[in-house]
Amino acid sequence: MSEIGVGVVPDPVAASATRGVARRLLGNPLAIGSAVVLVLIVGSAVLAPWLAPHDPNLPSATDVLAAPSDRFLLGADSSGHDILSRLLFATRVTLAAAALALVVAAVLGISAGLMAGYAGGWTETVGTWIASMLMALPGIVALLAARAVVGPSVWATMIVFGVLLSPMFYRVIYTAVSGVRQELFVDAARVAGLSDARIITRHILTVVRAPAVILAAQVATVGIGVQSGLAFLGLGDPTVPSWGGMLNDAFTSMYLAPLQILWPSLAIGTTGIALTLLSNALRDAWEGTTGPSPRRDRRGTARPSPAGRPAGVVHDEAPRDREVPPAELLGVTGLRVGYVRPDGTSRTVVDGVSLQVRRGEVHGLVGESGSGKTQTAFAIMRLLPREAQVSGRIGFDGTDLAELPERELRRLRGHRIGYIPQEPMSNLDPSFTVGSQLVEPIRLHLGLGRAPARARALDLLDRVGLPDPRRAFGSYPHEISGGMAQRVLIAGAVSCHPDLLIADEPTTALDVTVQAEVLDLLRGLQADLGMGILLVTHNFGVVADICDQVSVMRSGRIVETGPVRAIFEDPRHPYTRSLFAAVPQAGVLRDPWVMPVVGRSGPGSLPDDARPTAPVGKEPADV
Amino acid sequence: MISFVLRRIGSSVVLIASVTTLTFFLLFAAGGDVARRLLGPDATPDTVAAKAHELGLDQPVLHRFGDWVGAAVHGDLGRSWFSGQPVTEAILSRLAVTFSLAAGAILLTAVVATFLGVLAATRGGWSDRLVQVLSVLGHAVPTFLIALILVTVFAVRLHWFTPTGYTRITDSPVLWLSSVTLPILALAIGGTSGVAQQVRGAVADALRQDYVRTLRSRGVPETRVVLRHVLRNAAGPALTFLGLEFVGLIGGAVIIEQIFAIPGLGQVAVNATSQGDMPLVMGLVMTVAAFVVVVNLAIDLIQGWLNPKVRQS
Repeated sequence: MSEIGVGVVPDPVAASATRGVARRLLGNPLAIGSAVVLVLIVGSAVLAPWLAPHDPNLPSATDVLAAPSDRFLLGADSSGHDILSRLLFATRVTLAAAALALVVAAVLGISAGLMAGYAGGWTETVGTWIASMLMALPGIVALLAARAVVGPSVWATMIVFGVLLSPMFYRVIYTAVSGVRQELFVDAARVAGLSDARIITRHILTVVRAPAVILAAQVATVGIGVQSGLAFLGLGDPTVPSWGGMLNDAFTSMYLAPLQILWPSLAIGTTGIALTLLSNALRDAWEGTTGPSPRRDRRGTARPSPAGRPAGVVHDEAPRDREVPPAELLGVTGLRVGYVRPDGTSRTVVDGVSLQVRRGEVHGLVGESGSGKTQTAFAIMRLLPREAQVSGRIGFDGTDLAELPERELRRLRGHRIGYIPQEPMSNLDPSFTVGSQLVEPIRLHLGLGRAPARARALDLLDRVGLPDPRRAFGSYPHEISGGMAQRVLIAGAVSCHPDLLIADEPTTALDVTVQAEVLDLLRGLQADLGMGILLVTHNFGVVADICDQVSVMRSGRIVETGPVRAIFEDPRHPYTRSLFAAVPQAGVLRDPWVMPVVGRSGPGSLPDDARPTAPVGKEPADV
Repeated sequence: MISFVLRRIGSSVVLIASVTTLTFFLLFAAGGDVARRLLGPDATPDTVAAKAHELGLDQPVLHRFGDWVGAAVHGDLGRSWFSGQPVTEAILSRLAVTFSLAAGAILLTAVVATFLGVLAATRGGWSDRLVQVLSVLGHAVPTFLIALILVTVFAVRLHWFTPTGYTRITDSPVLWLSSVTLPILALAIGGTSGVAQQVRGAVADALRQDYVRTLRSRGVPETRVVLRHVLRNAAGPALTFLGLEFVGLIGGAVIIEQIFAIPGLGQVAVNATSQGDMPLVMGLVMTVAAFVVVVNLAIDLIQGWLNPKVRQS
């Protein structure tokens, strides 16, 4: 989309993003708590020889299953080992085992992922195939088979497990790198003469570091779980104490000393929860920095109007071709839409908009992107997200839509108020055929049976100019072109003969030649059905072509409103004048078919403008 | 659609073949003197050699592999080295038990996770927090630990269920239910946490799509928008995850069967691998790989049915 005079601000540099992550993490009590717990656990493992009151492997026949006492703080197990000492030493083994699996998985997965993602070609094919094969293996069965091969060593088992887990890293890294590979900055680096190795370290590792760290925490959790699981099954190395082995021992003496199962369970659970919470916090922190771009924040921002601010210009000249104005269909008064920012302040995007659409009249709502026109359109139909704070009166044929219960409003939507969206392809449900999406509202609102509803839908598809309505009816959205999809959406909007049609930039996403046809279609439908139309657009050509009235919107307010002719002949507000000045005059000289879209002046669209108009319905399937 | 199915079946066969080949050569590399282990330390070298000859251990590895593949394609997986029981029989007699555990758990997981995930994405509030807490617990606490907690609380303390053992459904449906409830619950709790989180994410993504707003603008009731349109579009990513979860669940079942003393594949697997019973291990790996492949195939087919684009590509 091309707007007038606003560029894109580049994303903040990586350094400040990292600082942001650290700040977010420090501000998250769960993250700090988890980190502290992890440090304590690792610390106690490191210091185990000094902390443990007893030799963890010294059995004592007289202390079998001893209850907790001064001598054995947590009691003694079925061989008379001190549970506390064993727990401390087991922590070393389990953590080291998980770390080993993690290192193996990370080294293998990351290097293979970097290679496959960066080099592509056969490495990509082979790597992805091996990864999917490893992922199809149920881990525990593979581990059992591996144990038959390598014997009961904890470390050998964990190396095998690391290999089995490496696809997790591979997939994440591969996806990230192959996404980055084509990015401009990598090309630029290559042009600048950086070696591949430097490109990988400088540019690509920055991209993959966040997902890799998060994944590492998850893999460590899985590693602890699996090592404990194997030891619990009695498949670990019985000579070294581990959490799983302790669980096994406690499980067998569950009826004699039920409390013993608690300690290793707590150790496994606490470590896992701390790791998971920390990785969640890391993910949130990283996602937070890549969240809303500054562009979205800046656009569409409107301060609440200060008192006594000059009202918009109102042209009260009557339209020349009508003597008695028809009755009001839509009367919006004092509409405000605001959103609460995360920091608690509120952002107003529509600031006291009032406008009127009479029966059978086309009212253009013009302004650049972010001026609040689409928000106004959605607010009228109450289609804004739940977070939106809306106030004002939305009079529609005698009722206030703002006050209407959801049930009654739903009966109006699609029945008496039709809506045409801007982007044709994303507004059709990809999982259902075009026909079923047309039939659904018809049956709902008009109570028609299956066959009559289908006949009506086919009629509509014919009316909007689709060459083969039956084929289109049975097609899925991805099987039709953008122009056809927009016609389908128009058919859907008018399927129940609405009194009011709200069209949100109905031509913006289309090819220039198709734009003209779609406008023509809208004009024809409007004449046939006598609908009032609220047409949202940033395009003065469209306004000149089809509208009776026009309102110019800027920063959430209407700055000038009146009959089209009056405003075109005598634009009074400086902003309206600047918009006119931005329309390239060369467009006027073009083929009359194309002329109505002169306002579409985006860079890159110029050479195409001169293309001859394609016959109706024969536009190339370019979407 | 037919070529889609054929291609999937083709790649499944390749996958099973490569997994079993890999296992065979790994097991061969590990080797060890199986004949000696079978006969004990007192056997004479001659009897050991005779036993090795009987098992075919004196043949070159490629020859042995060829023999195994040749028999396997005819449905003969050989006999267990240790019990002498035919491998197919040993596996088939246990398969139903493990399968009923896994199927029960995945069914419970799918239903509860869909319910919670949709609720969390559309309503937020307590259901959202529940899904978050569940997902942390599911990530952090291994399935066998969940099973241990369930046994301790509901069987040992409260006596609501039998702590261990298995009753055939044909013997007593009530006792069968009592013997599988805790194992299925243990498996399903771990699965639900991950799947519910995925469903929540997928539904939230689908709800943000433009076509959802357009459907609302056509007056389609909200419940219909969510249950018919959003859920169908969210099902794809959620199903993929459910498939992965099912693979993990089979692994979980191996450990769970040990805890509850359920005579399923898990017990066979643990015994066979610790003994180095090569024919049985091969049979198990092949069975599990086939199991996984069938599940993935089923999921691919459902994906194709749900998503018109998948069907054609």
